[in-house]
Amino acid sequence: MNAPSVVLDDLERDAMTELVNIGVSRAAASLRTMVGQQVMLSVPSLEVVSRATAAVLVREREPDSLVVVRQDFTGAFYGQALLIFPETNSLELVRAVTGGLLSADEAAGMEDEALAETANVVLSNCLATLANMLERPLEMSLPQVMRGEAARLFDVSPSLAADAVVLFLYINFAIDDRNIRGYIAMLLDLPSLEALRSLIRSFISRIVGEGVPPP
Amino acid sequence: MATSILIVDDSKLARIVVGKAVAAIHPDWERIEASSAAEALELLASRDVNVVIVDYNMPGQNGLEFAEELRRRRPELPIAVATANVQDEVIARARAANAAFVPKPISEATLRPFLEGVSLKLRPAS
Repeated sequence: MNAPSVVLDDLERDAMTELVNIGVSRAAASLRTMVGQQVMLSVPSLEVVSRATAAVLVREREPDSLVVVRQDFTGAFYGQALLIFPETNSLELVRAVTGGLLSADEAAGMEDEALAETANVVLSNCLATLANMLERPLEMSLPQVMRGEAARLFDVSPSLAADAVVLFLYINFAIDDRNIRGYIAMLLDLPSLEALRSLIRSFISRIVGEGVPPP
Repeated sequence: MATSILIVDDSKLARIVVGKAVAAIHPDWERIEASSAAEALELLASRDVNVVIVDYNMPGQNGLEFAEELRRRRPELPIAVATANVQDEVIARARAANAAFVPKPISEATLRPFLEGVSLKLRPAS
């Protein structure tokens, strides 16, 4: 782990991991409803890295072409939520969410639109759950479907330098019966991390029910 | 005359899923679709419907704005806002517009409470 302790202390990192766990679990439950099969999740990873390094982390695990569906969010903190999976899984995921509703040809004909809607349900559930727990509203953009290599897909805005540091959160998901796997990820721009940190401390206070000692 | 339900969602997949759940609960209802708030308003100018289900996150006018506008014109129309954006503020705003909130993903189970409430409301007094 690349020292998120630089910006978050142990308790804050624990709380952030727990918040992400709850948000992603809700996202996984919605995916489970859509595909009708169990969705397995890994433990979340939190890294404070540059966008370029985040892209390398993904590329090391996923050298082949990827599909990334992205939703931007803004509010007390801001960044991008991403549903990432190998492009070779794309059609299988569409078949899984349209199973029984559409023929294989019909499903293939609306691949990108089905991926956008699926990611929208998964990512919105995750972000909204986070927002509710932190008691701060978040605005979310429409989902955008992109295809290509990790490096290109993570360079999400020309105004953001590749060496700008982000909090990179990611969780593996797998639908074993369908041979589908991928990641639910979040890139939090670091200027907003201080705001997030204070929300996390408030969250901890509400749970613990008393003041949390300063880090 | 058959009860008619208008399903407003920019996603075709979502309209198919909602349509399937409606058909499972009320097979006799007429299902009408629109892919945006603008298209829905145009449709409503030329014909009446009994129930509306609208997605929140859409290009153009979003589902909450659409529900609020429709509520001003039709104080009694049953409206539901369907979204995976389950934030407290979104739910509160839907309720303030006297619209039901239905969390996505939509299934027969999540849609049934709203549609059963609507059936009771639409049933003619006997």
